[in-house]
Amino acid sequence: MVHGRGARLALAAWSAAIVAFLALPIVLIAVYAFNPSNVQSWPLHGLSTKWFSSTFANGEMRDALWLSVRAALIATTIALVLGSLAAFAVHRFRFFGRETVSLVLVLPLALPGIITGMALNSLFAFGGIDFSLVTIVVGHATFCIVVVYNNVLARLRRTEGSLVEASMDLGADGWTTFRLVTLPLISTSLVAGGLLAFALSFDEVIVTTFTAGAQNTLPLWIFGQIRLGQRLPQVNVVVLVVVAMTLVPVILAQRLTRETGVLRR
Amino acid sequence: MAAALDASEGLSLRRRASGALHRRPAARALLLLSPPAAWFVGLYLAALGVLFVSAFWRVDGFTGEVVHSWTLDNFRTLLSEPTYRTIALRTIGIAAAVTVTDAILALPFAYYAARVAPRRLSRALFVAVLLPLWTSYLVRVYAWRLILARDGILNWGLDHVGLGSLNVAYSNIAMWIVFSYIWLPFMIMPVWAAIERVPDSLLEASADMGARGFTTFRRVLLPLVLPGLAAGSIFTFSLTLGDFITPTLVGGAGSDFIGNVVYRSVGVANDVPFAAAFAVVPVVVMGAYLLLARRLGAFEAL
Amino acid sequence: MTTFLDKPSGPPAAIAITLAVLGLLISACGGSSGGGGGKASNLPTKIGRGEGQLNVIAWEGYTQPQWVKPFERQTGCQVHSKYAGSSDEMVTLMRQGGGSQYDLVSASGDASLRLIRGGNVKPVNVSLIPGWRDFIPQLKSPAHNTVDGKHYGVSLQWGPNTLLYNTSKVGGSPSSWSVLYDPRYRGQITVPDNPIQIADAALYLSKTQPSLGIKDPYELTDKQLGAAVDLLKRQRPLIKKYWALASDEIDLFKNGDAVVGASWPYQTITLQGDKVPVKDLIPREGATGWADTWMLSSRARHPNCAYMWMRWVSTPKVQAQQAISFGETPANTKACSFMDRIQKGACAKYHANAPATYFNSIRFWKTPVSDCGGGQTCTDYTEWQRRWTQVKG
Repeated sequence: MVHGRGARLALAAWSAAIVAFLALPIVLIAVYAFNPSNVQSWPLHGLSTKWFSSTFANGEMRDALWLSVRAALIATTIALVLGSLAAFAVHRFRFFGRETVSLVLVLPLALPGIITGMALNSLFAFGGIDFSLVTIVVGHATFCIVVVYNNVLARLRRTEGSLVEASMDLGADGWTTFRLVTLPLISTSLVAGGLLAFALSFDEVIVTTFTAGAQNTLPLWIFGQIRLGQRLPQVNVVVLVVVAMTLVPVILAQRLTRETGVLRR
Repeated sequence: MAAALDASEGLSLRRRASGALHRRPAARALLLLSPPAAWFVGLYLAALGVLFVSAFWRVDGFTGEVVHSWTLDNFRTLLSEPTYRTIALRTIGIAAAVTVTDAILALPFAYYAARVAPRRLSRALFVAVLLPLWTSYLVRVYAWRLILARDGILNWGLDHVGLGSLNVAYSNIAMWIVFSYIWLPFMIMPVWAAIERVPDSLLEASADMGARGFTTFRRVLLPLVLPGLAAGSIFTFSLTLGDFITPTLVGGAGSDFIGNVVYRSVGVANDVPFAAAFAVVPVVVMGAYLLLARRLGAFEAL
Repeated sequence: MTTFLDKPSGPPAAIAITLAVLGLLISACGGSSGGGGGKASNLPTKIGRGEGQLNVIAWEGYTQPQWVKPFERQTGCQVHSKYAGSSDEMVTLMRQGGGSQYDLVSASGDASLRLIRGGNVKPVNVSLIPGWRDFIPQLKSPAHNTVDGKHYGVSLQWGPNTLLYNTSKVGGSPSSWSVLYDPRYRGQITVPDNPIQIADAALYLSKTQPSLGIKDPYELTDKQLGAAVDLLKRQRPLIKKYWALASDEIDLFKNGDAVVGASWPYQTITLQGDKVPVKDLIPREGATGWADTWMLSSRARHPNCAYMWMRWVSTPKVQAQQAISFGETPANTKACSFMDRIQKGACAKYHANAPATYFNSIRFWKTPVSDCGGGQTCTDYTEWQRRWTQVKG
């Protein structure tokens, strides 16, 4: 569809403004990683790289980062398995309570995180379960499941069921069909869902506050530093490094999920 | 080859199980559904159940122990004191404002990125929208403190342009700006996807029939994009409704949200029953909102 | 394709019913998780080997690397700190997860008794803490951490809640707390987000409205509480933000959003270190304050590291370091000379050798309880918390 030049310019300008809006705080974070002072204020009085070395030497930060990575990996794995299972069940079968499944799975995201956090906290306290990596993972996996579920379900709805039947007609049993036919078909949705789940878990702070006990995930460590107000550039350094490291997976994921093509022009 | 071997040596256990399952769809359904169901029912729903049942209990002031005696005191307090009504209305109001703002911000951007921009640019825009989600939420909110402060970047910029300075730091307006910023990617994604799915031919046909740009937008595009907007709004509304960190970091004196009171009740006063009682408000509001959103087709567009 | 729209009331109703049933079933089976774990068992007679880790709940600024790193090197106990901005938070954190998540908490006087009564902390053997012998007499066995002769912790440091002001924006030297209630500074004032602030208002009223008869700002009758809350409600439109995190106040002053407020010396020192023109003082009506105790969790998982920490922070050198870093007064009388060595004049500046009259002039935080003696009924802390939400809401 052809748009007038005026319309194109206006839309482009608007989009540029939105991108600038989204990028502004991130640029600030990057710049303030070089803040010589330990208190954040404007304007910046010079640049300094002195915080980089102290950040990497900070044992608490490294522990928190490693805990976040571990929790996110385990939670994502659980979410991938459980989310896919649920998506297959909903896609293939008609059963009592089928519509409820989608609603229930989205509850951890739709309800405020503080409720999920409080609820799990009460449950663990009630069951005498100690707060540890396990409780953190339980909290994260619970809201990550729906992300994978949505992605896989959407993908399944776009695939043709006849492919599976054809595979079985050719003599493959259920497991082989799954491995050689179904899995490749949904692989991009698994990647997209997994990446999104990882991102959600890695940056989650509200539910984790209630399920973490004495350990710090990275967001909890960051919040502690924000409380202190004296070592903020370290926080900026960590965030900057994390963003830089995640740029590649994000671009990759975007390539993968866009491959189905776009209905345009 | 494998099939031939199987036929000659009798069916292996795996194939027999696979065959048996294939004939019993109910068993397959059960097998698929039990792990996630067990997780959700056994952990999440059970936890929610205990939480909301505890809204009817109370806590001993000095020792902090939850006393399992049934009482409606928590709800009575909530309904009788106007403070809580104010807080609830403020929370819902700002959540609605943020939702509307994000919808307005997202639509033109998503339209441009989905239909107008060249493919390379479109992909770059996608990354640009996703990247903030990978940057720590806490730190992005904290960066806004710097932008909105009295001696901060916004006022510095306005000053240079000669527009004087604003006093928006630590206020409800600051929270509205920050929330709109933080949840914008969540609104853009489903709207983008929805706009992508609209076939070109529909828009062209509308133009062929003489409708000008805005009319086509209003009567053809908007209804088709509505499910995407509804899906995005679920996120912006619910995430704002339950948040307490942004009010703590950028809110001012009169910026308490439901989440703040709940968090203080649990994390500070250790009064879980009261927190649970107040938490019923966002649950009810979200429940109503989800039902409305489902009618608008949001669940397909998630 | 989907059957979503078929049964609009089905799924949510089913969910609600399931939740209710589950919740009732579970709550029917279980009992309440008790917090009173440790009865006064045998006190340890010596400090054993370190467990390699120590989890503490501390005020912001109480576990600075300056004295944590040497401790970690010497004892091998890795210190994990969780910061809390109010006594309430500390109490809740201590009780969370069955009480065994954290080993130590630097509780102020208004949290310590609640923790003792709740059974969340256990007695310590002060003979294992050499520094204790040199503490000022008032902090060896104060009422807020010693009950029935048992020491439920080791005193740490103490200090006042100060009046912080920007010298370039606030003319002269404000000598009264009235500046916090002054409409001239509308939208530029900040006070802590903590129900115990009511005591500050009460302290102010005890001097400005003697007819109310307030003797102890923590023992308020309903009428006195009402008066204090009214004052705070009148103050509310003047407040820019109620600070909950120390960095809140630092940012407020640094970025020009506040020019006067109630504070801790930690903020003053941080701001002055960043060349912000601020000063703090104690106004003529006096001040509330805090006396902190390191308390040992009754279900601490790393008790040896905990004792090592208590021993370490009671030594004169560490007491001096912390006092100067935070701007508070050490409990150990021998710290004075160390303070002057680190920073000339610090000992006098932070009142480390001040006479007992200074100590007595500070109204230390304590938990308001309903039984305040003399046949009177005072308002308890739950009431304070409720009123505080009203003030802010």
